[in-house]
Amino acid sequence: MSTEVKDVTYREAINQALREEMIRDESVFLMGEDIGHFEGAFKVTKGLLAEFGEKRVVDTPITEAGFTGLCIGAAMAGLRPVVEIMTVNFALVAMDQIVSNASKIHYMFGGQVDVPMVIRMPGGAGHQLSAQHSHSLDAMFTHVPGLKVCVPSTPEDAKGLLKTAIRDADPVIMLESEGLYGKKGPVGGEDHLIPFGQAVVRRPGRDCTIVATSRMVWVALAAAEQLAAQGVEAEVIDPRTYRPLDLDTLAESVRRTSRAVVVDEGWPECGIAANLAAHLYESCFDWLDAPVGRVNSADVPMPYAKNLEQAAIPQPADVVAAVMATLAREVPR
Amino acid sequence: MTTSPPPVPPPEEMREIFRTMTLIRRFEERAAEEYMAGRIGGFLHLAIGEEAAIVGTISALRPDDPLTSTYREHGQALARGTDPRAIMAELLGRDTGICRGRGGSMHLMDVQRAFYGGYGIVGGAVPLALGLAWAARYRETEQVSVTMFGEGAANQGVVSECFNMAGLWDLPMVFLILNNQYGMGTPVERAAAMDDFFPRAAAYDIESWKVDGMDVLAVRAALSEAARLAREERRPACVELLAYRYRGHSMSDPDTVRAAEEKERWKARDPLITFERVLLGEGIIDAEGVAAMRAEVDRVVDDATAFARESPEVPIADLADYVYAEPWNDAAHGSALVRP
Repeated sequence: MSTEVKDVTYREAINQALREEMIRDESVFLMGEDIGHFEGAFKVTKGLLAEFGEKRVVDTPITEAGFTGLCIGAAMAGLRPVVEIMTVNFALVAMDQIVSNASKIHYMFGGQVDVPMVIRMPGGAGHQLSAQHSHSLDAMFTHVPGLKVCVPSTPEDAKGLLKTAIRDADPVIMLESEGLYGKKGPVGGEDHLIPFGQAVVRRPGRDCTIVATSRMVWVALAAAEQLAAQGVEAEVIDPRTYRPLDLDTLAESVRRTSRAVVVDEGWPECGIAANLAAHLYESCFDWLDAPVGRVNSADVPMPYAKNLEQAAIPQPADVVAAVMATLAREVPR
Repeated sequence: MTTSPPPVPPPEEMREIFRTMTLIRRFEERAAEEYMAGRIGGFLHLAIGEEAAIVGTISALRPDDPLTSTYREHGQALARGTDPRAIMAELLGRDTGICRGRGGSMHLMDVQRAFYGGYGIVGGAVPLALGLAWAARYRETEQVSVTMFGEGAANQGVVSECFNMAGLWDLPMVFLILNNQYGMGTPVERAAAMDDFFPRAAAYDIESWKVDGMDVLAVRAALSEAARLAREERRPACVELLAYRYRGHSMSDPDTVRAAEEKERWKARDPLITFERVLLGEGIIDAEGVAAMRAEVDRVVDDATAFARESPEVPIADLADYVYAEPWNDAAHGSALVRP
């Protein structure tokens, strides 16, 4: 069939989005460390320097605060920068620019200028990179009014959300997952944009709602598979963006299942799972038959040793146990 | 390519420079009164004493050269031609303020006049200025981005990052270090390894030098040359202006650290008094003309103050306006973006 879609990796999907938007709009340019000649630490920008040249694919010094701020200024002038911060861990160096400038400029100056930019960065643990290279800082960005936050779990979403982000008038934080770059799946065409604030049901079910994003969607789906074998039908919902948040779709599901578990690769205290649980308590209190379960990474800096690392990050078995707890059932051994 | 303005401006422009310096002085003195009367809240950082640095700089630029500043920026907005009413109304937190009461004293912006704002994190606006320079080059305009920051900001790491990128990429960028010799209450000799700051830019292959920031024509000449380098030779430049602020860091600083003798020594070189002497000496203005100009400026400041006081407060219902460029539709997408 001519409409057959070839599966591509999450990495290639992002590359397609960048390329298509650069062709579509001359004001889009890319800036980041080793994104040009080296083609990206994760090879996301492969081929783009060759196609678009050094004006639009810019290798920077190792100077995250500086080039992130530069791109905020360029966005204020009406360009559409897409910043690659090599990993989310290095965004901490640029946090003043993101929080004090990017998120606030539109508000603080009474709407005089927009800041139409995207800051892409991969994060997450699982490759034994230890404490300083394994962060999931979704909660830090989601905390900040003025930012929008995307957390794609599939190649289709990575492409569609990034295209929306590049065309958006506000600063968008695109949190990619290092663990998903090789994940394959179908993607939409040039005109396929995924709107912000629209959750999607990844697997329907009636017994418990599992909320997860990014790589945790795949952990949740593996858990749902194991639960099904035990006669428990979990519904897996992927919000796709934390800001804006499609609370309506989450609440509708939880009102049907009366149970909820939130899975988040970040830390538990003041985290994404805590926040989503609070939203669900506020909107679904009368429907809940059990406390909302949370599955997070352990409340420790990420350790190096493989067994410790795997114990620290959410696994399907952790999600299964959390769902069973909402059903007041023991996990069978 | 047009040439830069000559070092000594024609008489009409000399008078206009003097008027703008006077307007800044009188406006800020009035702002201090409004602060003491409790009508201005938050921080109020006055640039009294720094008028030559501000007006000398802006008079050397083209109106569309993007300008960024610190939180001590009332003068920059006035010098760029922003309506004094809209500035005073912003200081009083009114709906008619230039930023509709969202920014206050520290965060004025007038994008119509290419004034891209005052920022409150020391050094934090310098990369934005670099981005404005980047955009100018990207679009192949003749604009030069100029950013004013203090010698205190020069100690922030991100400023060195910006020197490096400007030097590396030859951006049309002028760094203006306004060295008023104190980072809040800490004098330069207790905060910096070297007395001079311009050599830091030189270390990144940026042409840089120091001038007397109390002399408006010296500042103007220096900025004309810096802007020429950036515009015509496509090289960044850095100018350090040695100046002094007469007041404390902000209105909440009792200014007990600095010696009275030191303050008096600098006030003896007051930029308004010395420039008035030049204008009188060269017959560009007479005593009558000075008096008439001052009366006119006072009327402008009176009018701005009355306008601000009479302006409506910002409606509470508008609290969440401007968080995003496109207001989010709560009903369609859940409540979790902003909830006043």
